[in-house]
Amino acid sequence: MNNGDIIIRVRGLRKVYRVGDVDVHALRGADLDVRRGEFVSIVGPSGSGKSTLFHILGGLTPPTAGEVHIHGRDLLAMSEAGRTELRRKEVGFVFQKYNLLPTLSAADNIAIARHIARQSGGPDPKFSEILELLGIRHRLHHKPRALSGGEQQRVAIARAIVNSPSILLADEPTGNLDTENSSIVLGLLRDLNERIGQTILMITHNPEAAAYGHRTVRMRDGRVMEEA
Amino acid sequence: MTNKLVLANLKHRPVRTLLSLLAIGVEVCMMLTLVGLSEGMLEDAARRATGVGADILIRAPGTSLISMSSASLSEKYLSFFLDQPHVRIAVGTVEQPTGGVSTVTGLDLAEFTAMSGGFKFIDGRPFRNPRDVIVDEYYARQNNLTVGSTLKLLNQDWNVCGIVEPGKLARVVVSRQVLQDLTGATGKLSRIFLEPAAPENTAAVIAALKEKLPDFPIYSMAELTSLYSVSNVPGLSAFIGVIIALGIIVGFLVVFLSMYTAVLERTREVGILKALGASPFYILNIIFRETAVLAVAGSALGIILTYGSRWAVMTFAPAALTQKIVPDWWPIAGGIAIAGAVIGAFYPAWKAAGQDAIEALSYE
Repeated sequence: MNNGDIIIRVRGLRKVYRVGDVDVHALRGADLDVRRGEFVSIVGPSGSGKSTLFHILGGLTPPTAGEVHIHGRDLLAMSEAGRTELRRKEVGFVFQKYNLLPTLSAADNIAIARHIARQSGGPDPKFSEILELLGIRHRLHHKPRALSGGEQQRVAIARAIVNSPSILLADEPTGNLDTENSSIVLGLLRDLNERIGQTILMITHNPEAAAYGHRTVRMRDGRVMEEA
Repeated sequence: MTNKLVLANLKHRPVRTLLSLLAIGVEVCMMLTLVGLSEGMLEDAARRATGVGADILIRAPGTSLISMSSASLSEKYLSFFLDQPHVRIAVGTVEQPTGGVSTVTGLDLAEFTAMSGGFKFIDGRPFRNPRDVIVDEYYARQNNLTVGSTLKLLNQDWNVCGIVEPGKLARVVVSRQVLQDLTGATGKLSRIFLEPAAPENTAAVIAALKEKLPDFPIYSMAELTSLYSVSNVPGLSAFIGVIIALGIIVGFLVVFLSMYTAVLERTREVGILKALGASPFYILNIIFRETAVLAVAGSALGIILTYGSRWAVMTFAPAALTQKIVPDWWPIAGGIAIAGAVIGAFYPAWKAAGQDAIEALSYE
């Protein structure tokens, strides 16, 4: 693989939050490269900067300094509107708490992601195959409260990839699931990576979950310490 | 999809949605009922005045058409008017307020019958005794009166001698002379009605009278009907304005509280939408559409409630109040409710649109 395959390029990334009168240095010069089609696990103790890195890569918050390029687009120079566009088109999120809209059915939770991305018509025909893979086709007309945790997380994965984003960011996707459902969800993420080449960054505390990725990035004190 | 989300949000909290609809409905109903009462009562007063059968009305100098003033026209004017060319009949009345907007009217039944054809009695008979009173059907129903009942008016006990069909001049009628004596207005009148020998003489009679009595308010009945309007009642327009302003404030507060709590409750959902790439405008759009649905449906409910308030008025206070359904005010009241609701939704919508996505996603 050459540099042209790098979809995420992070150099000297810093993020400082102001909490009351105190500056909190969440990232202190993180470096990371992720290639297209990679499945990268990010591990590290609480406060190591994993979530902050996740939020910056997802365009949820701007970086303070450093270099972040996603698909060649410089996030440091990006406006709020630019980051909104990034979330709409380039990034899909999967959260620990599923974060489905409780008032909508599973199908509508997926459809609203397409609506926000201004995608007209039905999803890519390939998406139908993905629904089969996720095993939720028969549960699509149920509201989140009628779905199990594993089913909700599979709906959240479907929602995250319905617009064919360049990157799927998964933040502790198995954090609220039992062992069986965790294995199912992790297996699905790996299948998505292998079958459709979905680039995935997954934050996890669980070494077994991290092992599903091609490689594991360890963070500590706002820096990437080692890669395995 | 946005509409689906808006309706799903409204269905998700049915009690809050229903309370918001009801509050906006009451706001609209309050405006429409007030306007309906104002217009209804004025129209009823005009209808009863025209029901006399006269073509001309004369009041004392310095009095207005709608204000209630003491009897100050000398009874001698009756013969003066009868002496005028083309005048066939002159009827003098005395009006005495009895509290609120209610009055008792003093009449000479013979004069009145000659002009109007007389009251149509549902039960009972004309006056025979000084303390006899005739009431119309609405007044009897509202006050549970039948022929032979005793009615307390002006600190006197009166015997209900007759119940008549409504629509002619007054709801409560006693002998003119008795009322004049009782109110210290012996020989005085409040209003004089004239009937020319032929209706086509009306304009000529009015013109001649205005020349002879330039200080007297003299109206044709057509003119009188048009003058019974909200704008001609001192203070009524301002009163309606105050009620409408209160309506806007109520609508604003209701929607503000409703949408503010909705936005607080949906903080995490706003975060989810933002994580999916929803712009601030997208969030604003959802909140304002939700507000618009509440305001439009609440306004429709308010219009329906107006029929209920009209039924209540006509059932429980048909003599004291008359409420008209005022379709020409529906868009005005609806517009006011929608404007109040949109203003009320502005801060919650702005707060939601400006929410930090990360904070919103971590909201429990």
